Amino acid sequence: MDIKLLFRLRMKRRWRQWQAFRKRRQLRTVVDRTRAIAPDDILIFTTLRNERVRLAYFLRYYRDLGVRHFLMVDNDSTDGSREYLAAQPDVSLWTTKSGYRQSRYGVDWLNHLARKYGCGHWCLTVDVDEFIVYPFSDTRPLRALTDWLDSSNLRTFSAMILDMYPKGPVTAQPYHDGQNPFEIAQYFDSGNYSIQRNWFMENLWIQGGPRMRMFFADQPEKAPALNKIPLVKWDPSIVYVDSTHMVLPRGLNRVFDEWGGEKASGCLLHAKFLDTFAAKAAEEMERGQHYANSQEYRAYQENLARQPDLWCKFSEKYINWRQLEILGLMSKGNWA
Amino acid sequence: MTVGFVILYHTALHRAAQVARYWAERDCPVVIHADRRVKKADYDGLIRALEDLRNVRFSDRFVCEWGTWGIVAAAQAASSVMLAEFPGVRHVYLASGSCLPLRPVEELRAYLDSRPKTDFIESVTTEDVGWTVGGLNLERFTLRFPFSWRRQRRAFDAYVALQRKVGFRRRMPPGIVPHLGSQWWCLTRQTLSAILENPDRAEIDRYFRKVWIPDESYFQTMVRQFSANVESRSLTLSKFDFSGKPHIFYDDHLQLLRRSDCFVARKIWPDADKLYQTFLGPKLDTAAQAEPNPGKIDRLFSKAVERRTKGRAGLYMQSRYPRENFENGRTAAPYSVFEGFSELFENFEIWLGKIANTRAHGHLFAPDRAHFAGGETVFTGAMSDSAAIRDYNPKSFLTNLIWNTRGERQCFQFGPGDTQDLSWFMAGDPNAQISVISGAWAIPLFHSNRNFSDIRREAARLQKIESEHIGILRSPWTKARVRIWTLSEFVENPMEPLQAVIDEIAPRSGRRLTEAPRLADLKGFGQFLQNLRNQGMQPVLMGDFPADEVPANPNARRGRPYLVK
Repeated sequence: MDIKLLFRLRMKRRWRQWQAFRKRRQLRTVVDRTRAIAPDDILIFTTLRNERVRLAYFLRYYRDLGVRHFLMVDNDSTDGSREYLAAQPDVSLWTTKSGYRQSRYGVDWLNHLARKYGCGHWCLTVDVDEFIVYPFSDTRPLRALTDWLDSSNLRTFSAMILDMYPKGPVTAQPYHDGQNPFEIAQYFDSGNYSIQRNWFMENLWIQGGPRMRMFFADQPEKAPALNKIPLVKWDPSIVYVDSTHMVLPRGLNRVFDEWGGEKASGCLLHAKFLDTFAAKAAEEMERGQHYANSQEYRAYQENLARQPDLWCKFSEKYINWRQLEILGLMSKGNWA
Repeated sequence: MTVGFVILYHTALHRAAQVARYWAERDCPVVIHADRRVKKADYDGLIRALEDLRNVRFSDRFVCEWGTWGIVAAAQAASSVMLAEFPGVRHVYLASGSCLPLRPVEELRAYLDSRPKTDFIESVTTEDVGWTVGGLNLERFTLRFPFSWRRQRRAFDAYVALQRKVGFRRRMPPGIVPHLGSQWWCLTRQTLSAILENPDRAEIDRYFRKVWIPDESYFQTMVRQFSANVESRSLTLSKFDFSGKPHIFYDDHLQLLRRSDCFVARKIWPDADKLYQTFLGPKLDTAAQAEPNPGKIDRLFSKAVERRTKGRAGLYMQSRYPRENFENGRTAAPYSVFEGFSELFENFEIWLGKIANTRAHGHLFAPDRAHFAGGETVFTGAMSDSAAIRDYNPKSFLTNLIWNTRGERQCFQFGPGDTQDLSWFMAGDPNAQISVISGAWAIPLFHSNRNFSDIRREAARLQKIESEHIGILRSPWTKARVRIWTLSEFVENPMEPLQAVIDEIAPRSGRRLTEAPRLADLKGFGQFLQNLRNQGMQPVLMGDFPADEVPANPNARRGRPYLVK
């Protein structure tokens, strides 16, 4: 192996750890219930900003899957998200006014919290608009999956982002508190994903879906990455590098088989395209706190002004995880 | 006469207690062995939970690490207790803490009563097993294994390699014929006591102590020495995946387990409440006296193993991204590439779609956009026709297209004017059927209204690209079904090659082509080529077109020039 390469990776990992440690000061505790965490509990790590209307369903979805504790960072919400979360019995909440971008889009904060509270636990790092589905998620709780991963000596689990969208303009059907967002955003792109291998970080780089099709058709290389590794059995050596797209040490990014077989994987259903999206895009543009100068949001805004319909006649209507597995978006691997 | 259960357990104590209680209450003596590593508080809890049952015993405890002697020692100790304390027991059933009885004990008892002398233990000679972890069969018995396979894998592998190199072999005790098999057995009192009371047991135990994974070989080997009637199968339903790890049963396997008619299954997930409730609950009405029939479960798990090792051909996704040449099928299904056909024939795609009943696209790799069939701007799987997206990752584009349309054959046009990135990929793909009319790209130039110097430049460019492309198709690494004709060859007799290609696309249609596509007008084409030559360019790919002669195309003016009689 190339010593120089390994050294670079090591430095990269150490740097991220240092950044996480340094930025712990930016977090102010709102409510700390981490003493209630039992040794085997599955934990969720999230940062959010002004997502009040989504929270009820988010918490319910993951509680039903068997998540026992939510560790959340509120990035200066003004819509009551903070107060709502602080009142939940299984939420530990921190707040910060610091920049989202300067914290590597929240990764530094979450790296710090995961290292402090997540070691030895299965940690699921998701945004409040991301909902995990995995093989058998309708009949087996998350604990069944993590037990199986443990017994297979696997420490990470891959779940690609699947952008969900409604038929018609995103603003046509308003989303209300507590509602299942996929009653509105029912559709997804089933087979237009571009995959490349990143040899440095050993992960796959996946792009595509409605965002590439609609907003980045002229500059596909700028389309957002969809590969994610949200479920990790945390230990002190681990850091997320770039959102949850990749982890270090890089061996943990090997969530795919390269000799023809399929490993088990899931999907993160992404409920971004609801009526809340237009307001969000406008706000984020102004703050300029998102990836690559909020380029993504700029592209959306230019297009959203024209009230585009992400739906096309080849859009697939979501049914269940089995459908996703048949379409080849996720796999059961050897879990049966 | 009854059956006694020996339970080896190390986790999920409440489940072990539940199962032990189930058997004990139904008049089956139970001896429990708990791993020495189980915490004292948990162990005391287990004892307390079962203290009201008079036919439950606890045996001496050993450390049961996977692949070590401890498991055999535990089974020996617990079996001895069983034989000594419960004289009414005729069969002893070895079970684990994650086993679950699927059928009522009475049925098991009746089954064993009708086979009073039979030992149920999987026992296969080392030559005949194909499932061993690490590929070690006979060597389990002849090498030494001081390192843990799980924790010290490198040392383990290195030491095995060293012993192989040196040619080291342990001596087996006389009379031992190594056999392997599932560690979960059901033996008769006669056989079991003969094994345990064997005068040579000390020596044999000493030998097996250093055999690798003795729990899969000790009883399996010894039973061959003492039993008159071995039925080589396990009564416990237990399936293993490709890495030798047992498959786990969950609530959603309920119906499958029910219909398997097996007596005991493992491993059950400790939190599978519904399974425990159902099978330990009130008696179910099953087809009495049915033979165990795990066929469906076998299929389910062998499919899982196949998925994990071979995967779905032609699928590229987040957890399957094969290296080149390890794809097990570069693409998901056969497809056809036509080069030069749409230039030579008018409306070739429409004709092709109709005649072969397939999806016939235009130039998918054209510079302006992907010309999907029917002029669609989006195609199956919500694929975009944007040239930028396609050229950003052409391999994903093609593999996605073929994957998305499984079950419907795709045909598309290709040529030197298109993005060439995939030449090698398609040439190396056995699913590709590539038919080339070389030089046909000159026909649109011939018909075009451009300055001749431009035409000449363009012709030189296209000819260079196509020569390279054809060079790839003719390389020894090509696995695609390739047919190449020069333009002049093809024009002389177009029907035969067309028929051959179409037959391959739609083999079952079995009919002769009655309707040929309309040939482009080639009058003066020979002169056009001569003009190119006169301008210093050498058109070679078209074959031989005499400058003064119109190609043999007498019916060119009729609507359908080639009606086969």
